[in-house]
Amino acid sequence: MMESTWQTLATWFGPAWPAIWVLLKIIVLLIPLMLAVAYLTFAERKVIGYMQVRIGPNRVGPKGWLQPIADALKLLFKEVIFPTQANKGLYVIGPIMALTPALLAWVAIPFGENTWIANLNAGVLFVLAVTSLEVYGVIIAGWASNSKYPFLGAMRASAQMVSYEVAMGFGLISVLLVAGSLNFIDIVHSQAQGRFAEMGLGFLSWNWLPLLPLAVVYFISGVAETNRAPFDVVEGESEIVAGHMVEYSGMAFALFFLAEYANMILVSVLTSIFFFGGWLSPVGFLPDGLHWLLIKAAVFLFLFLWFRATFPRFRYDHIMRLGWKVFVPITLVWLFVVTVWLLSPLSIWR
Amino acid sequence: MEFQTVVFYLFGAIAVAAALGVILVRNPVHAALCLVLVFFSSAAIWLLLEAEFLAITLVLVYVGAVMVLFLFVVMMLDINVDRLREGFWSNLPLGLLVAALLVVEMLLVLTGDFFRQASSPPSLPVDASNTESIGRVLYTVYAYPFELAAMILLVAMVAAVSLTLRKRKDVRYLDPAEQVKVKAADRLRVISMPAEKE
Repeated sequence: MMESTWQTLATWFGPAWPAIWVLLKIIVLLIPLMLAVAYLTFAERKVIGYMQVRIGPNRVGPKGWLQPIADALKLLFKEVIFPTQANKGLYVIGPIMALTPALLAWVAIPFGENTWIANLNAGVLFVLAVTSLEVYGVIIAGWASNSKYPFLGAMRASAQMVSYEVAMGFGLISVLLVAGSLNFIDIVHSQAQGRFAEMGLGFLSWNWLPLLPLAVVYFISGVAETNRAPFDVVEGESEIVAGHMVEYSGMAFALFFLAEYANMILVSVLTSIFFFGGWLSPVGFLPDGLHWLLIKAAVFLFLFLWFRATFPRFRYDHIMRLGWKVFVPITLVWLFVVTVWLLSPLSIWR
Repeated sequence: MEFQTVVFYLFGAIAVAAALGVILVRNPVHAALCLVLVFFSSAAIWLLLEAEFLAITLVLVYVGAVMVLFLFVVMMLDINVDRLREGFWSNLPLGLLVAALLVVEMLLVLTGDFFRQASSPPSLPVDASNTESIGRVLYTVYAYPFELAAMILLVAMVAAVSLTLRKRKDVRYLDPAEQVKVKAADRLRVISMPAEKE
């Protein structure tokens, strides 16, 4: 039935069909993603509310469930204000440059054995390259606003994000080494084999156990890379009001928000894929599936919110020290350990 | 015209326009952003050549890291455009000479034997991994040149650090490790005092 429908559609559209098919897939990915972003903001306010013994938003709709919709509508109808002397073109490009990479990276992410938009040979590299572009949104917005606080935010962002990319990249080298591939699906497959996986205890053969320090470094660097608390000095509302977003209002401001939350989800999904087996089931008697990836990502998203409710903001020099003097050496040492381990007869991978 | 040719000319045109922008726009920040666009379009052209590893690395290294730091510096500089334009005519002959030399050098390289061989590269099988083949060649045939390049980069890095490294005496540096280690007993002395009665 499904097959014949696709066949009819394919003949209907003729040579344009591949493009339309990809567009359909993108829509199927984007709508749940945008909904997830909207309800992640709601979840954040609720979770932090409960952690601080408050109720959180509970007025709009039943139990507050329509709050994100109301927020989105409010932002849509607000005027986008341009500061005088702002660099108009770049001021508009800033938020777009923040959101585009945050959505583009999802192209290469697989959600299951056969569920992906593009199965790239160098998928990991592609995602690294695209996420490294995120910083441009912040820098361009900060500079084009022609205002001091956004500019300080931009300066902080450019140094911080470049630094933590190094730690993230070095952490991933070991993952690529043990998987022997730059392809996401191969990386997940490499975690499905091993002594524990044969015993039905799949979760013990995932990468997190042999690469535990790197999993920790990767996730914390991910928090820093998305400029979330406790690494949110880019916004740092107690020092520079809201950093690069000070001058933005309405939908332009909302785009930064969308980008930040889409990035949080991306980092959570990537951590699940690299270190926690992606869509693999933790135990042998349950089937693999997309729901496992979503559950794992949800746990990491909860960690994001938990961090924000728990830790005070880092001082800027301590952020730099953590990135360069703690994380980079850890990843380098573990890279050495993994290389020796991989080539020794005790190797658990080949 | 083939679709790929169209894409090539599109990105080629963008790259050339952006490259002109780098040298023609007045604002240095705009020039740096134009340079980003040049890198990006070049990466797209490399993708057309099925060199996905090089293309992605170009974006990752140059766009994602180098140009960010470049922008960082350019934004902080207080550049007076009028003063930059002062010596234009007096420096023009020298500039033209350098440009002519560069063009001659490029012609020598591009028309030489080295590039003529690769004029029609054999198309690769669909599942060939660009990354793997580059890695294989880099770590076997070209291992020594590769290590040498790495060594030169390391020397440059050490030199840059040592040039800017200075110990500031007037700053009280707090060692986070020591801060974390502090116990309440190190800082606080609880004295038991009997209540005084009048």
